[in-house]
Amino acid sequence: MKSKFRITGLVALAAALALTFSATTLMANPYEKYKGKTLVVSWPSNSHFKKAKQLVAEFTKETGIKVEIDYSQYLKMRNRQLLEMSKKDGDFDVVAWVVMWKGEYVAKGLLTPLSQFFTSPAFVDPNYDIDDIADAYIQNGGIVGGKKGYLPGKSGALYGLPFGAETSILAYRKDVFKKLGLAVPKTYADVRKAAKTIKEKTGMGGLTMRGKTGHQVTAAWLFHAAPMGARVFDDKWQPVFNSPAGVKTAEFLRETVKYGPRGIPSYSYGEASKAFLHGDAAMYIDSLKIAARARDPKQSKVVGKVGYALHPTDVQCGSETGGFAMGIPANSKNKEAAFLFIQWLTSKKADRRIVELGGDPIRISTLTDPVFSKKFPEYPVIAEQLKCADPDWRPLIPEWNELNIKVLGIALHQVLTSDKPIKPILDKAAVKARAVMKREGYYRWQSKSSK
Amino acid sequence: MSDPSPPVATGMRRWIVGYLFVAPAVLLMGAGLIYPVVQGLLLSMQDWGVGTPMSTAEFIGADNYLRMLRDENVQESMWVTFKFGFFTITIEMTLGVALALLLEKPIRGASIFRTIFIMPLMISPVVVGLVWRYLFDARAGWINHYMELAGFEPLIWLGEPHLAFFAIVFTDIWQWTPFVFIIVIAGLQALPSEVLEASRIDGANTWQQIFLVKLPMIKSILIIALLLRLIDVFKGLEVMLILTEGGPGLATELLSLHVYKTAFDAQQLGYAAAISVLLLLIVFALSLAILLVSNPMKTRADV
Repeated sequence: MKSKFRITGLVALAAALALTFSATTLMANPYEKYKGKTLVVSWPSNSHFKKAKQLVAEFTKETGIKVEIDYSQYLKMRNRQLLEMSKKDGDFDVVAWVVMWKGEYVAKGLLTPLSQFFTSPAFVDPNYDIDDIADAYIQNGGIVGGKKGYLPGKSGALYGLPFGAETSILAYRKDVFKKLGLAVPKTYADVRKAAKTIKEKTGMGGLTMRGKTGHQVTAAWLFHAAPMGARVFDDKWQPVFNSPAGVKTAEFLRETVKYGPRGIPSYSYGEASKAFLHGDAAMYIDSLKIAARARDPKQSKVVGKVGYALHPTDVQCGSETGGFAMGIPANSKNKEAAFLFIQWLTSKKADRRIVELGGDPIRISTLTDPVFSKKFPEYPVIAEQLKCADPDWRPLIPEWNELNIKVLGIALHQVLTSDKPIKPILDKAAVKARAVMKREGYYRWQSKSSK
Repeated sequence: MSDPSPPVATGMRRWIVGYLFVAPAVLLMGAGLIYPVVQGLLLSMQDWGVGTPMSTAEFIGADNYLRMLRDENVQESMWVTFKFGFFTITIEMTLGVALALLLEKPIRGASIFRTIFIMPLMISPVVVGLVWRYLFDARAGWINHYMELAGFEPLIWLGEPHLAFFAIVFTDIWQWTPFVFIIVIAGLQALPSEVLEASRIDGANTWQQIFLVKLPMIKSILIIALLLRLIDVFKGLEVMLILTEGGPGLATELLSLHVYKTAFDAQQLGYAAAISVLLLLIVFALSLAILLVSNPMKTRADV
């Protein structure tokens, strides 16, 4: 409390001084006050965040604020962050979360609302231009409390800014498609046809996909469910993944295994993408991160052979919205400096710089920049794709992890590895899902009379 | 004069001194063993999620236990654990004892073989999981590669329930047979040579020597090896976590891995604690059963 008063006091003082003295001398460096402080940042050890390390060094050089990065494997990061953020004095000043966790973090009261800083001109960079950040990214990673708790809406508030966010696109082998005289797939019917033709004519896998039990196979279902019009829940939180559209999506997964590269039921993200990068599959519909990897000769045997197109449509256009966003734990002791750090890292300048360093941009101005488009052929595709990215392609609720891994992840794997009728498998899972939702109180407002 | 009190006093003093001597060990046990178990029991009667203060945990009595008894996944997972334990322990004990009997005699290069055989034991379970995950990889794994060269149809090892179960059993046998081997060979080498000599003079052939002399004499060692393996089976989760993550479906989700997933994926710490208590009871009951059938400490006292 005391320090808060002191800080408000300082801000007031700074404002008063700004009136009396020439504004330029004071505003010249908003970072001055925090020089020499050290921020501790919890980041996933994926390629984007690893590459951002250089950017962080540049931040320290420019502002004098030191940054210590705590990297951990992204799936293990949540427990680590939860532990630190639930302590009285946590170690982290900035955390990057997988968008799935945002609801849980806010529900548990672990994050600082960013409006706290956006209200103060002393913190906000006038050139920041928040509207330039892809809307789908900011809504998906940063806004919490809107419709359904995780979608855009008037009850929502901003808790984080996207960094290392992503959507899904189609990557395909230009050479294979040309050789077989196939057109670039625009719809799921095209994908089906192409996969079958490729497998039958060349023996190569058509479409690669994640298929391992748990969240991997669920992710695969979700990627294709968005364009096929399937949802996990309806607006009243009743499970509807066993709807005709849901069953159709599951059927597509089964077919993909048949015409795909060998071993899809054991593929996690790594194996699925490697099948494409090693030339064992001709199509890939998943995170846009494939583009950077396909260019890297250390990881890719298909350099220069890959083309990009919009995520195919079925009954509608829809791609994933995922990746990471960054925010400030409620128990951080350096909140102001943490905000300046996040703002700097998501600024126009840094967004262009991260692209030069090999990371992924979040701003439309970067994605549509002709200089970059020439070098990165997927950028214009991504900019176009983001217009119909689906913020509701998966439910971002705290219970999702359990449903994802223990209910859907098991049922869908059964779909992949058996010939049993799909509908009963999904029906059984829906019963389990409903039990979980009931246990967690999702149906409390639905009285018996309205049912 | 004979005074009866001094002997009593010394008795008392000895009694106190005795307790004083074991006190540090008891305290240490209490802090390190009993406290966590009691905490676990308490937690199993609460509803507590990771990242919320412990004080907000709700006391729900036996709810977690009732839920557990009805939970199909827990039953499935228990069945997988028993199956896994049965196959791995039977094969590991048989193979380990056989190898020990083979390499016990001073044959050429025995020490080299012994070193090679115990190597898997020295590798961290996480590494074991990773190594076998790559070996079993359906698309780029060595096993499929050589199967194809030999003219067999390649298999999706970690993607089909039976094959994945085979894979975790195989990996466990690969890693833990050496453990049985080491313990048994140590026991065999400590056998008094007179007894063996006597049996040879009495005309026992090699098989009779093994089954009537050697194995009965190291029975207590075999029991200890069995107990340790049994406890390990119920504890083990690292290899499965990395190799299959419990999949496909629940085909390789051992009970301990189920506890892990309940605690850290589903974040239901109370419920996970309740399943751990079940795990503890099962291990306790099985260990007790084995000790009742044959207590190695008692056998020792008899000898």
